[in-house]
Amino acid sequence: MSKRYRIKALFSDFEEAFAALSDIRHSKVPGVSIDDVKLNSPIEHPEIEEVLGERPVHIPKLTLAGATFGLVFGFLFLASAQATFLVQPQGGKPVIPLPSNFVLVYEMLIFFGVWTTFFAFLFMSGLFRKRGNLYSEKVSLDQIGVIVEADEAQRDKLKSLFKTHKSLEIREEEIQ
Amino acid sequence: MIEKDIDEQIKWAKINADVLRSMENPRRAYWITFFICIAMMACAVTAEIYQYNTGMGVTNLNNPHMWDMYIATFVFWIGMSHSGTLLSAILHIIHADWRKPIYRFAEAMTTFSLMTAGFFPMIHLGRVWNLYWVLPYVSDRGHWPNFRSPLVWDAFAISTYLSASMLFLFIGMIPDLAICRDNARGWRRKIYTVLSLGWVGSDRQWRNFRKTYLLMACFLIPLAVSVHSIVSSDFAMSIMPGWHVTSFPPYFVAGALYSGCAAIITLFVMLRYYFRFEEYMTVAIMEKTAKLTFAIAMVWTYLNLIEFASTWYGHDIYAKELLIAKATGPYAWIFWTMLFCGMVVPFALAVEKFRRHMPTMFVVSLLLNLSMYFERWMIVAPTLSMAHDPHQWYIEWPSIVQWAIVFGSFGWFGLLFLVFVKVFPSVSMYEVKEMVFHRRRLVNENAAKEYSRRASDRKGAGGTPELKGA
Repeated sequence: MSKRYRIKALFSDFEEAFAALSDIRHSKVPGVSIDDVKLNSPIEHPEIEEVLGERPVHIPKLTLAGATFGLVFGFLFLASAQATFLVQPQGGKPVIPLPSNFVLVYEMLIFFGVWTTFFAFLFMSGLFRKRGNLYSEKVSLDQIGVIVEADEAQRDKLKSLFKTHKSLEIREEEIQ
Repeated sequence: MIEKDIDEQIKWAKINADVLRSMENPRRAYWITFFICIAMMACAVTAEIYQYNTGMGVTNLNNPHMWDMYIATFVFWIGMSHSGTLLSAILHIIHADWRKPIYRFAEAMTTFSLMTAGFFPMIHLGRVWNLYWVLPYVSDRGHWPNFRSPLVWDAFAISTYLSASMLFLFIGMIPDLAICRDNARGWRRKIYTVLSLGWVGSDRQWRNFRKTYLLMACFLIPLAVSVHSIVSSDFAMSIMPGWHVTSFPPYFVAGALYSGCAAIITLFVMLRYYFRFEEYMTVAIMEKTAKLTFAIAMVWTYLNLIEFASTWYGHDIYAKELLIAKATGPYAWIFWTMLFCGMVVPFALAVEKFRRHMPTMFVVSLLLNLSMYFERWMIVAPTLSMAHDPHQWYIEWPSIVQWAIVFGSFGWFGLLFLVFVKVFPSVSMYEVKEMVFHRRRLVNENAAKEYSRRASDRKGAGGTPELKGA
């Protein structure tokens, strides 16, 4: 079984990084798919990420779930708490007053929506991991890193592709 | 010629270096302000200990003045907290990228204002240890808090707003914390390593980050509006003259945005000076902030006039009598100062010469916030002095204890803010890089278009294209 490598190239020119990604996307390196590519960037870069193709973000669905939970839980919580007053005289007031409960349910909707979004972000963004040997601090400064996982056969072709596009540095590690 | 918000040729390494340096060596004025804040806080702590040991009588809070400076200050700080929401969330959603160098400290202001505001209901209670009574829990008699009470709504709304604004601030800072981690040493590196949560700037992280930040912004805007509407309900849900006003929620929200904007200008000028941020907190950005503040000032002015008019032409004689008393009674000097500083002084923001002069902007912003503080006082105190029962009419002024605690709250806020800007980047490095990147690209694209336009003109004229500095 051939060895598998993770190869990272650093670029200072974002256009060159974009071109290298386009080449990979258009199968200039046989056996390497755009799905094997990851980016490290110092800024948000939706234009370059477009080359990577559609990669779904599931956070909004979880946010919706969290907010809906807040809505339902909020109302049930308040209504069940207020239901304890059933045994007491209400003087004509409703036991479960909808207008005032609306305010609190609204707050709970936002409360649970916000916290669900936060936790979804934490768990779905690949955080809490070791940075690994390929991590370069220059990515947090002004360089963009392109990481590709490839078999040994494609290693040299990838490196030459990166060099063609003026990569500043190429690092690699064997995937265990 | 349109002035640039920021120089797009600024190097990214310089952005990192400038912001990271600001956390290491501020001007001496920073430390002077820092110790002044500690001294102010000491006043408040001493006064609170005295009040705690002696009782609420030392505050001059007595029937009918059950609410006073503490509640006015609580409303003031809640209002101040709207700065971050406006500058960060609203301007983020409408893609106003000039906010990028200044939104971080506005978000921090939001969090710290709420933390300061949260103290006042506790201090005002007197029996601090009973604060948990407003929390939604069932007592041993099987009773729950009264969910119909706006005071309980306050507890829900403020705790939601505080946690949401803290998360919003924290999430927006993660990429910058990773930059700090990569550049720091010693204890700072350990802290930033933990706080940056292993951020490496991968495309997956950025995609999720972008979506999360947008969602948080979308939650924060209605939340901010609801929080101040709920605070206004503390008054408007009662039947007291001057409080039972339909326009109170928008009036409160406009006032909150107004004071938040004014505070942003104050801190803008201070940070620009302390940390030598002239290249990031530019005059052009100050101009935009000032124009925004002016627009909000006009909204606030309109709502004030509407409130006066509806009281004047309404049939509530108590409310009308109260309005006359506000303008002519013992609180008149506060009333007229409020109107002058809130309605007339903002016209200084319409003058370009003033908008571009930092010391003037600093003074104007302080006057605007003075007006906002007086506004809160004028909401709370006169109504209690002149309610429905003339036998209870009584003018009472806050004691030195109240003054000291309120004074100290500004020290507490200042201290939190100054510690924050020393430990965390007060300018968002990655967002400023984005701003510079996109603007540079725009300049290059425009230059290329200009080049091709001139080239085609020349071809038409039979000449060769010429373009300098394209």
